[in-house]
Amino acid sequence: MRKLRRTMMYIPGNNPGMIREGHIYGSDSLMFDLEDSVSLKEKDAARFLVYNALKTIDYEGTETVVRVNGLDTPFGRDDFEAIVRAKPDIIRLPKTEKPEDIIEADKLISEIETKVGMEVGTVKLMAAIESALGIINAYDIAKASPRLIAIAIGAEDFVTDMKTTRSKDGVELMMARSQVLLAARAAGIYALDTVFSDINDEEGFINEVKHIKQLGFDGKSVIHPKQIEPVHRIYTPSNKEIEKSIRVLNAIEEAERNGSGVIALDGKMIDGPIVERARRVIELAIATGIYNGGEKID
Amino acid sequence: MGVKKLIKNAVGRQVPKNIKGMGTLKMYKGPFDYTPSGKKNGPKLSKILPGQSKVLESIEKAILETGLKDGMTISFHHHFRDGDYIVNMVMDAIARLGIKDLVLASSSLTNAHDPLIDHIKNGVIRKIETSGLRGRLAEEISSGLMDIPVIVRSHGGRSRAIESGDLAIDVAFLGVPSCDEYGNANGFSGRSICGSLGYAMVDARYADKVVLITDNLVDYPNIPASIPQTDVDFVVKVNEIGDPKGIMSGATRFTSNPKELLMARNVADLIEASGYFKDGFSIQTGSGGASLAVTRFLREKMLKKGIKASFALGGITQQFVELHEEGLIKNLFDTQSFDLKAAKSIGKNPNHFEVDASFYANPHNKGCAVNKLDFVILSALEIDMDFNVNVITGSDGVIMGASGGHSDTAAGSKVSIVVAPLIRGRIPTVVDRVNTVITPGETVDAVVTDRGIAVNPLRKDLIDRFKEANLPICTIEELKEKAEKITGKPDPIEYTDKIIGVVEYRDGTIIDVIRQVK
Amino acid sequence: MEIKAVGMAGTFESSDISIVIEPSDSDEIKIHLKSSVEKQFGKQIRKVIVDTLTELGVGKAVVRATDKGALDCVIRARVQAAAYRAAQIKEYKW
Repeated sequence: MRKLRRTMMYIPGNNPGMIREGHIYGSDSLMFDLEDSVSLKEKDAARFLVYNALKTIDYEGTETVVRVNGLDTPFGRDDFEAIVRAKPDIIRLPKTEKPEDIIEADKLISEIETKVGMEVGTVKLMAAIESALGIINAYDIAKASPRLIAIAIGAEDFVTDMKTTRSKDGVELMMARSQVLLAARAAGIYALDTVFSDINDEEGFINEVKHIKQLGFDGKSVIHPKQIEPVHRIYTPSNKEIEKSIRVLNAIEEAERNGSGVIALDGKMIDGPIVERARRVIELAIATGIYNGGEKID
Repeated sequence: MGVKKLIKNAVGRQVPKNIKGMGTLKMYKGPFDYTPSGKKNGPKLSKILPGQSKVLESIEKAILETGLKDGMTISFHHHFRDGDYIVNMVMDAIARLGIKDLVLASSSLTNAHDPLIDHIKNGVIRKIETSGLRGRLAEEISSGLMDIPVIVRSHGGRSRAIESGDLAIDVAFLGVPSCDEYGNANGFSGRSICGSLGYAMVDARYADKVVLITDNLVDYPNIPASIPQTDVDFVVKVNEIGDPKGIMSGATRFTSNPKELLMARNVADLIEASGYFKDGFSIQTGSGGASLAVTRFLREKMLKKGIKASFALGGITQQFVELHEEGLIKNLFDTQSFDLKAAKSIGKNPNHFEVDASFYANPHNKGCAVNKLDFVILSALEIDMDFNVNVITGSDGVIMGASGGHSDTAAGSKVSIVVAPLIRGRIPTVVDRVNTVITPGETVDAVVTDRGIAVNPLRKDLIDRFKEANLPICTIEELKEKAEKITGKPDPIEYTDKIIGVVEYRDGTIIDVIRQVK
Repeated sequence: MEIKAVGMAGTFESSDISIVIEPSDSDEIKIHLKSSVEKQFGKQIRKVIVDTLTELGVGKAVVRATDKGALDCVIRARVQAAAYRAAQIKEYKW
């Protein structure tokens, strides 16, 4: 089954209290940050902390992601050396601008994996795209390595690069979000949306989540436990959607059994895309645990 | 100490048969095992002549007039919580008068009562009976300050002890926020309002002599009265009976702590799936962050399901008052008001009833309110593999809490839910063996933590319903293992043989003792 | 690894431990520990500190630790960071 990546919660890398219990709030992924949330003087301490936490703490199946410092910084190489050994599910590369950034990271990870006797390809990569150049290169980045499983848009740096600011309706991000989505879909990987920084603006947050879900994003980065539930709620199909999808799939099955070429439901023709969407709704319903598959369909 | 023989009681605790200064102890055998006999105790008869005044000019004068002597038992209430001035004022006056060797029986003691340490050292206080102890007083007693152990009682257990005569009060000194010259008093008006006077009402009814102390003397008749003139011997006016800021916080707020919200949501889901969440249900919650948040999540569920509660009980909070005013909870039974909104509501909302501690939780009257409870949400410092709960001693073995209504409501309710984070700091909450048993596991139905939910195997009915509702439940052993995997296994606390506290179950039997920490 | 200067890591926040490592004249690891969970975990905390330093090849040092309920993995991380800082080494061995 396709893995859910609706929510990826930020955990500052030098905060022992949050590192040990970030997963209890039920986000699909946890992202331990060694980059922007850690001051230059504490880069080493945060690296030791995340390294030891990953090696020790049982995150009970929650996907673990570590945002490292870029390889163009004095900290990037040490971050890779430590973190690959601690074996998170994913390393997130910040501020990706060109496919070479991915290729370089991929190569380095492979080297370390080989050195320590891990199977090459164990630790996956995801790339955050946070600049105009990165957005322009999004597709090339997305297909730069088989290790890359997702690209994410990082809006704060992006809007600054664009000489603008973030707004409620996100008009300044329309183009970039679409570009990231197109690239991800074309490359067959996940597309993840940026953070929403005002944790007290519940309504604004919900509007943005609805917006990015409709655009087609797989999920969103969150910065507080209370942002998790609304995203999951919005990404959970309604009973009506599930029932309709079951009926679509039943109709298909019946048509196949009867060898009938034309498939109709309630007098409307069902074609390929409708079936595909129905399958996806059921998949999501099963993954979120609100539907157990099986009996209703037959 | 004179500890001779230890007996293992029904919750597996080693308890002595006799303790010097306390006589023979009754062993705990089960939550409803003990059957009382005999008749209620009562106050001495007295007379007040027409025209006679009850008002005295000072606390000293009142102490003298009551005839208080060495060795007697005096009582207080804790409705003023951390803001209380009464206990210290009265004890200072008693000490000045040279009276010694007293038994101090307060419904509880708080952080305001550290000055009692000196009165214990000077021999003014010989013995303490209370629901709880906090602060330095608790630490000193835990390290062996007193020769006779403290008796720890639940709120229901205390009213039972008073009515049965186990706790015979010679003089009750009761602070009241509003009072007339003849002793009609209430707690919902004046500068020092505390709301319900539920604990004090029992003392007033059963003590031989009753002194009311107020900073708000009003015209006769001050009615409706929580404590009526017929119970009162003397009235003393002082400048201040307490610090309003310590008596109650302005409002008990909904938490924004994500962990508390997580637990509260889990509790609300359990309640919904329990089979008892239907029109006319009843509930009690504590004043902790998670408990209060449960109220919010339940409100949503009540509206969605179109059901109302028949009553909410116990410590009443702003959250309950708001649901009451919204029509979602029909009645409020209030022994203790937790915030200003609740305190004011007693004087305003006709179906917000002030009830005394015996009506609330006494197991040996003819039916207390906890028996009619569907749900109670309780806190815990520790929970063990038998679901026994400790709310009195910290993980270091030192007293830091109170018995309160914990064991009363757990015993009475149909579904008792204990809510606590699985780990505090590095200390696991779910442990092999609690430092002190306050509430026997037999009466605890579910434990909700931030990392899992365990249901008492005795409640197979609940387990089935929760499973049917797809709620993620596990065993208590699994919770303990989960905690220890994170924290490591803590070294056990080392105690001396000296017993510094005796925990009485609500029926008067001894469920555990507290020993001095090494 | 030789302790050359004073190295510090960690904070006084809950769930963290502050570690200060100093050069020592004596041939041992001397630990001064203050912990909110001394009674329950004092022995374990000292053990983790010593084990971590031993793994790093530190045989003599004075360690001042102020613990606010840190888990073992946090203690290890803070000791490692403080030791590397005190040894003034930036080539990390993983």
